[in-house]
Amino acid sequence: MAELGRAALLVTFGLVVYALVAGSLAAWRRRRRLALSAQNALLAAFGSTLVAAVVLLVALARRDFTFQYVAQHTSRSLPLGYALSAFWGGQEGSLLLWLLVLSGYSALAVWLNRRARDLVAWVVPVLALVAGFFAFMLCFVSSPFVVAPAPGDGAGMVPSLQNPYMLAHPPMLYLGYVGLTIPFAFGMGALLSRQTDERWIVATRRWTLAAWTFLGVGQLLGAHWAYVEIGWGGYYAWDPVENAALMPWLAATAFLHSVMIQEKRGMLKVWNMVLVSLAFLLSIFGTFLTRSGVVNSIHAFSESPLGGWFLGFIALMTVLTVALIYIRLPLLKARTKLESLVSREATFLYNNLLLVALCLTILWGVMYPLLTQALRGETRSVSKPYYDFFLHTFGLPLLLLMGIGPLVAWRRASLRALGKTFLVPLLAAVVTGVALIGAGLGGSTPGLLTYTFSAFVAASIVLEFWRGTNARRAIAGESYPRAFTSLVARNRRRYGGYVVHAAVLLLAIGIAGSSAYQTVREPVHGLRPGQSMEIAGYTLTYRGLATRQEENAQATRATVDVSRGGSHVTTLHPGKNWYPVEQQTSNEVSIYHDPRNLGDVFTIADQIDPKSQTLFLKVLVKPLVNLIWVAGFVFVLGSVIAMWPDAVEQRRLAERYAPAAVSAGL
Amino acid sequence: MTLALVLGAVLAVLAVLLVARPFLREPAPADDRLAEPGELDRRRLELVEERDRALAALKELEFDHRTGKVSDDDYRALVGPLRRAAAEALRALEPRAQARVPEPTTRIGG
Repeated sequence: MAELGRAALLVTFGLVVYALVAGSLAAWRRRRRLALSAQNALLAAFGSTLVAAVVLLVALARRDFTFQYVAQHTSRSLPLGYALSAFWGGQEGSLLLWLLVLSGYSALAVWLNRRARDLVAWVVPVLALVAGFFAFMLCFVSSPFVVAPAPGDGAGMVPSLQNPYMLAHPPMLYLGYVGLTIPFAFGMGALLSRQTDERWIVATRRWTLAAWTFLGVGQLLGAHWAYVEIGWGGYYAWDPVENAALMPWLAATAFLHSVMIQEKRGMLKVWNMVLVSLAFLLSIFGTFLTRSGVVNSIHAFSESPLGGWFLGFIALMTVLTVALIYIRLPLLKARTKLESLVSREATFLYNNLLLVALCLTILWGVMYPLLTQALRGETRSVSKPYYDFFLHTFGLPLLLLMGIGPLVAWRRASLRALGKTFLVPLLAAVVTGVALIGAGLGGSTPGLLTYTFSAFVAASIVLEFWRGTNARRAIAGESYPRAFTSLVARNRRRYGGYVVHAAVLLLAIGIAGSSAYQTVREPVHGLRPGQSMEIAGYTLTYRGLATRQEENAQATRATVDVSRGGSHVTTLHPGKNWYPVEQQTSNEVSIYHDPRNLGDVFTIADQIDPKSQTLFLKVLVKPLVNLIWVAGFVFVLGSVIAMWPDAVEQRRLAERYAPAAVSAGL
Repeated sequence: MTLALVLGAVLAVLAVLLVARPFLREPAPADDRLAEPGELDRRRLELVEERDRALAALKELEFDHRTGKVSDDDYRALVGPLRRAAAEALRALEPRAQARVPEPTTRIGG
């Protein structure tokens, strides 16, 4: 059925090219039926891409090794779930997933906004241009439907990808990456149609938030995958592929904040266009980084069929975007100005500058080794200290601003009002700092600052809810639970945002606890059965080794008893898996989650000698690390609150834009 | 192979039909122009956005004043211009004012 897959992709390519050409012509010459036809082409493109995706999924499920892609990424012994996950395990499948998500999002966004026809008329060609690039790549550069005589068995899947997190992590990232195309397309559509009112922002508010949430959750899933699967004891290594997802997320975070200033004050119109474009371009750049091979070496990049095309597309989109924003500058003039440097909008502006500075320093860290290798032939690397320095420099003030922002009023705030609202958070911060120093935990300056600032932010969030609930009670005479509920329901974006801030707070506390205050014991000597080692109050006693056969691997596991204060707390089983098809070994870590300090005892079987039963055990004790994963749930909760539809608001917006739609012939 | 090609051809035909649908439904329409908002609509929308912005700002100011985030002095200084901005936008949106296509002069918050 590879022919059907190829035919479906060719149909998609034809449709998006038509949507690009006919859509542009229709929007330019104001042709109604042609514009509708171009929209239909985008809807149909989703259908044909879906057919291609189903063909590939069926081939993966059936292990049809006549498909080169299936033979290269699966094997007969690979469990079905992982075989299906090979859809995004390789380059061609990933590109198909990009196109599938993009065409699905495009169809949905165009259909949902079909009444705003004058705006959508220009959105269609922008979406079609991006989809056209990916369809072209899949049809003519990197197809998943190449066939060859079937080998006896497939090459299998890299062992580290054989993890349940890999079923969810890449699709989440792609939902995020691709989702950023929608606000970008509407932003460009607004510029092209000269409709620079807030309609494009209103139309894409939830799209941006959803894409940003997917990207955030995708990164957390990836961090957890690295933590439990890679076996080095960490969750984020400032790897270029990880940074590839972080950069657009930071740009989108800045956009989500600055767009509020445009909505509330009519300011920062140019900046918002720049941010939405930056987030989109970084999402394409992220795909380029992960898919071109450029991360491994510049040679792999030059040999890759994708690299040049991606670079060309990024350059084209950058030039077009910059030119369009420049041409439309007169339409983007702000009607108001910043009244005070001590105001809510000013804190949003500082937050934006810090987020973009952090994003660009990470971008430079990713680009520098590539540029030095390409231009000078030198191999340089940018490692953890560089990123840590900028994370502390920009991240800590950002954390503090998260607490300051909600306490400051819009437009301007007097010192008297500030003194009143800052008092409790400041006290909380000072008490926390003094307590930490008193407890002997002041050794790490970043750790101390993180916790002190976190106390400030936590107090400001609690105060916001407390004062807001009391104000609601005073206005409506409601009970506390009722006042609290209606407070959140009446302003979901604001209070959902505070819940997201709480998630970031948990994340910061978890990261600081597990990095600044972690304890590590490297395996200097091997342990024999019965021998013990001590670390951070825990005693780990090695009991012996066992080997068992799993579905697609041979598993060797050590038995390690963990006790604290003489009492047994758990038994861990770190070990290694041997994958015969892939001819690879993987580390299989074993973790004890300690509810006392919300931390982990993380064990890695560094080396195993089955003959002598010797185990070289590496152990890390990471306090508070589980807060990072808890943060993920809180993050999703906050995002859902912020995204939840508000009927009153929707009626108001419908009333605002309905007359324009009517006079536009809808 | 043949089945796959037939399915591919069916897919292509369906796509073409969907793309051609607007022309098949209206072979000779009275008006095929993709209308766009005129200058009056744009002005109206601008004013509506300014009105909504001013009203939302007033609501927020009241709430922030109640929660103690805005002092009495700040409240007194801010509430006047915001009320004036909202009133100006509302006045400009009245049907007779709209007919004159007013130049929006409102500067929210001064």
